[in-house]
Amino acid sequence: MKVAFLGASKGMGRALARQMAQRGDDLFLLGRDTADLEKSAADLAVRRGLAGGKAPDPKTRVARCDLEDPATFSPALVAAEKALGGLDTVVVTAGLFASQEELEHDPALLRRLLEVDFSHTVLFCEEARKRLLSRGGGTLCVFSSVAGERGRKPVALYGAAKAGLTCYLEALDHRHRLEGLAVVCVKPGFVRTGMTEGLKPPPFAGEPDDVARRVLRAIDAGKPVVYAPAPWALVMAVIRLLPRAVMRRVGF
Amino acid sequence: MAGRDGQEPMLEGWGRIKGPGREEVSEDLERLTRDAVLTRGLGRSYGDSSLPPPSSPVAKGSRLADRILSFDPGSGLLRAEAGVTLLELNRLFLRRGWFVPVSPGTQFVTLGGMVAADVHGKNHHRDGCFGAWVTGLRVRVADGRILDISPRVEPELFFATVGGMGLLGHILEVEFRMVRIPSPWILCESERIGNLEAFLQALEEAGPLWPYTVGWIDCLSRGSGMGRGILQRGRFAEPEDAPALLPGNLKRRRIPFELPGFLLCRATVRLFNELYYRKHFPRMKRSILHPEKFFYPLDALLEWNLLYGPRGFTQYQCVLPREKGGAAARRFLELLTSRGGASFLCVIKDCGQVGGGLLSFPLPGISVALDIPVRDSTQELVDALNELVIEEGGRIYLAKDAFTRSDHFRMMEPRLARFLSVRRKWDPEGRIRSAQSIRLLGDKP
Repeated sequence: MKVAFLGASKGMGRALARQMAQRGDDLFLLGRDTADLEKSAADLAVRRGLAGGKAPDPKTRVARCDLEDPATFSPALVAAEKALGGLDTVVVTAGLFASQEELEHDPALLRRLLEVDFSHTVLFCEEARKRLLSRGGGTLCVFSSVAGERGRKPVALYGAAKAGLTCYLEALDHRHRLEGLAVVCVKPGFVRTGMTEGLKPPPFAGEPDDVARRVLRAIDAGKPVVYAPAPWALVMAVIRLLPRAVMRRVGF
Repeated sequence: MAGRDGQEPMLEGWGRIKGPGREEVSEDLERLTRDAVLTRGLGRSYGDSSLPPPSSPVAKGSRLADRILSFDPGSGLLRAEAGVTLLELNRLFLRRGWFVPVSPGTQFVTLGGMVAADVHGKNHHRDGCFGAWVTGLRVRVADGRILDISPRVEPELFFATVGGMGLLGHILEVEFRMVRIPSPWILCESERIGNLEAFLQALEEAGPLWPYTVGWIDCLSRGSGMGRGILQRGRFAEPEDAPALLPGNLKRRRIPFELPGFLLCRATVRLFNELYYRKHFPRMKRSILHPEKFFYPLDALLEWNLLYGPRGFTQYQCVLPREKGGAAARRFLELLTSRGGASFLCVIKDCGQVGGGLLSFPLPGISVALDIPVRDSTQELVDALNELVIEEGGRIYLAKDAFTRSDHFRMMEPRLARFLSVRRKWDPEGRIRSAQSIRLLGDKP
């Protein structure tokens, strides 16, 4: 695959990008800090090389792309297409996270989070959609969250942004599947990463590597919705069915 | 930040002796180590080396900083962030015909930890410590600067950092040379040997012929059978001797819960040691082994430290100088058994030349490592063992230690003054410190 990857330097994105590189996929990294991206690109190049693939020069595999700055989206994707000699997959794992308390007390942070996790992610996906469709399709894989599944007390704001994103991704998949564009929406549950460090892990907390394995299988199969780690599919199936009156009473 | 129930959060080393502290981790190790007092890797040192000072109870964890930054298949030169684990290096490189030049007895360590403890392995008699293969380090020193150092650039700081237990600076990146191996499989000869003197002689004879040697001895048997055990000699197998398949993933089991401390009494340990010895055929056995089975037999049992119950355990590892001969090792084992120190098989290994690290553990002689469950008498036992080690001119391994007294440490470390003067130069206020450095070096708590 020829992959443009927004968010490969941290957490689940890092794990997924590694599994792609290790099986020989060619990756181009998008992110805010190009010096740091180059280190991630180097890591991926070594892994690809060890797996028998060609290890590209890390410097030629990164471009600046900031979810807070939509002007960077198009040039970054053009750079990716050029460096890879084509493009068939775009992955987005980047996003902001903050707790409900932080967001309630800091309107500026809230505005930033809603923008990054919803509007700007949608804008980026629109840009990616056009690029992929112009080449006959491909896969757009975006990390949303189980937080967007129901209106829940502890994630009212973060969850709202993710709910909007999930809805958009579903519609996008319906709209363009026949033209050859598969949209994969990933809904991770609690995963032990730098982002969740310091939070108390709930039952079924997962590891980034397990999530990455599931996501990669879903990308290959064009599966539109992935819950990861696996038990969260069941957990969320139950939560989706809970009556509103119950949701009001429970603390999650 | 208080833990649940308002309790002080606690942190522990592999021996599960707890101290106040918590861990903060991030992929961005440079940012994380700004103003930090201590960095830790996977917390696999046994004692209090990776525990922060009680007054500043945060250790920065490097484990998410795990990127390989470059690898040159021509020379084997590899550069990586300090949190890369040996587990990951083995997973990536063994099948491609590369191995780390020196490996400790577990894969659950980071590169930063391997440098800080200047780890040694079954090939110490031939290849020295890990530090001997390190060509460069990036460290953040106490005043906040980030420096690239090597045996030629800031050599004093470099050799104090190698084996310096993380006290000279926060290790951010490590550059070292991987070595070529003919196949990922191990050709191993193991042999049952009836007593200590024969054991030491067999180790010495195997040294020039085999890159990897190690022994497990039963340190509970007394008299003529004292120090009986099993000696292993190994090397990477040539392709014609090795299976065509690559070594697969080994099944790992997990100790599901903490066992009660009384399970590990003298009788059970004696039984285990007896069985382990008897299980091996009297004659020599030659076999092709999975590399993980050879290098990391205990990694197959995840969280085996739960075996020792709620009070945890300490590992005691010392090296006794070669010129004192096998008699010193016998005196050591006699003292141990007379004091009632019951240990599962203890590991015995001959060490080669002293390396460059100012505080590195090995010196030419015999290293003995044993597990001691923590009891009320543990401090006395360690004190007695330390007194004998001082008498013999040996020293202990800081990565294992939790009980040594500072006066004993000073007596066994003539190199300490030099180490401390380098440390004073780079960290005049003694900012970077650990629970261990407070205990052994008198740093401010």
